[in-house]
Amino acid sequence: MQQMSIGIKINNIKKKLGLNQALDGVSTHFEEGLLHGLIGPEGAGKTTLLRTLLNLLTPDEGTVQFTNHGADIDYNSIRSSIAYMPQQQSLYADLSISEHLDFFRDLYQIPKDVYLKRREELLHITRLDKFIDRPAGKLSGGMYKKLGLMCALLQSPAAILLDEPTNGVDPISRREFWDLLHRLSKENILIIFATAYMDEAERCDRVHILSTGSLIAEGTPRGVLERENVESYDALFIKRAAEGVL
Amino acid sequence: MTNIPVNAVDVSNLTVKFGDFIAVKNISFSVEKGEIFGFLGANGAGKTTTIRVLCGLLLPTSGKVKVSDVTYDQGIEAIKAKVGYMSQKFTLYNDLSIQENFAFTASLRKIPSDTLKRRTKELLDFIGFSKPMNTLVRDLPGGIKQQVSLAASILHDPEIIFLDEPTAGVTPVARARFWALIKQLAKDGKTIFVTTHYMDEAEQCGRIALMRTGEIIALDGPENLKKTTFPDPIIELNPKGTIPSELIEQLRNNKAVDSIDSYGMKYHLIMKDSQEWNRLSIEIAPFFVIRQIPPSLEDVFIRLVEGVTR
Repeated sequence: MQQMSIGIKINNIKKKLGLNQALDGVSTHFEEGLLHGLIGPEGAGKTTLLRTLLNLLTPDEGTVQFTNHGADIDYNSIRSSIAYMPQQQSLYADLSISEHLDFFRDLYQIPKDVYLKRREELLHITRLDKFIDRPAGKLSGGMYKKLGLMCALLQSPAAILLDEPTNGVDPISRREFWDLLHRLSKENILIIFATAYMDEAERCDRVHILSTGSLIAEGTPRGVLERENVESYDALFIKRAAEGVL
Repeated sequence: MTNIPVNAVDVSNLTVKFGDFIAVKNISFSVEKGEIFGFLGANGAGKTTTIRVLCGLLLPTSGKVKVSDVTYDQGIEAIKAKVGYMSQKFTLYNDLSIQENFAFTASLRKIPSDTLKRRTKELLDFIGFSKPMNTLVRDLPGGIKQQVSLAASILHDPEIIFLDEPTAGVTPVARARFWALIKQLAKDGKTIFVTTHYMDEAEQCGRIALMRTGEIIALDGPENLKKTTFPDPIIELNPKGTIPSELIEQLRNNKAVDSIDSYGMKYHLIMKDSQEWNRLSIEIAPFFVIRQIPPSLEDVFIRLVEGVTR
């Protein structure tokens, strides 16, 4: 149906929130069809950057440019193709998985046949098909996040931005969530994944390491470690701190 | 009979039911004074329920609980006085200053004002805090906020300190600093009880209890857990290029292979039949850089928690 392929180029984004310089001149490229990790501790500017990409925040300076197959494209023409999974998700504790999906179908006005096919597909890959009648309030942490992801994916987006979906989720559910993302990534969806877990860097195609509003490193997960000559992303932060950069 | 070392926590045959649901099934364990004790398990394994009992927030359905020599017979308040609780998510009010947060905590804990004054100075010295006391908590960087949270949670000088995923989200530098503080507290005889999904934090513990569906399925030091769960080393496969997904499927279906899981860019392979490895390793050598590695705690967690359902 849709052969849309979304990429995002940002140039020198600055954003002040109150007294805090949340983003201090960030330039980077989120490439079409790749899984990008936005990695950094609390307060690094991850959420602000995601919200700026989504046009929910207007940057004080800098530009955000979307592309489709390499050509510049207007945000308004594709905004319905971009899904967002915020940190605090508005799911309804009393509604079951099945009711959530029905509700979001109504919101997105998805045709019934498209919806039924997509719904089955999503329930299958998230392995939530056995729990469709369970209310969201009674789901485990990992299942709750998967339901949120499903709701976001219902409209078959060309890009999805996820804000710390694995925070506080146990290692097994985390792994399942990543397997899910890798499956999605094969469908040429742009995925931007914000996380404070340094070890998740290795699961991405590209990493962008943020600290106090600035990018301190970016590239392929392996490339960054080799270039910086460190064993891990933890070690990279410790090295930067020792250099007095952080 | 001598009674040394004194246990900070003694749990015997603890069961907690919510209606028909058994959240904690007949668990028993002890934690020594001065120990750093890790408490792991998947979401819903019964960790929080157990901790609520140990903090004096939930009455056990059956079984005995002793917290720093106090039992439930002596009343919930007596238990509460012995424990401090810190969560990464919520210990301090963002809209209050540090001074106000401490005063609020002190009033909840009924700490006299001269004690509050003394403890505040002691604890701020301990964490090396140098900003003004009227700084709003929301203006503190993540790492500092976490140290101030720790100070607030031990204002009443408890014997046992519960930490709930305490360093998630802070920089690796701040995490190292926090753990140095924790180790100092343990050295001074405080008992530390950590629940976390963060394997880096679990590695810092002296012993770890792993819970699954209300039961403790393993309890040992991190190194011993690794050794007993994986007597043989794990084989790490580092792809040389793009790996055809059929190859991974093929390995997964190989009868001599116990499991193959992705770990970031790499794969961890565990053989069922180690005899077969010599042949297999030659076969897959063109695709991977192969290394034998010691298991991580994440390997252990996944093996033990998923083990039975597989």
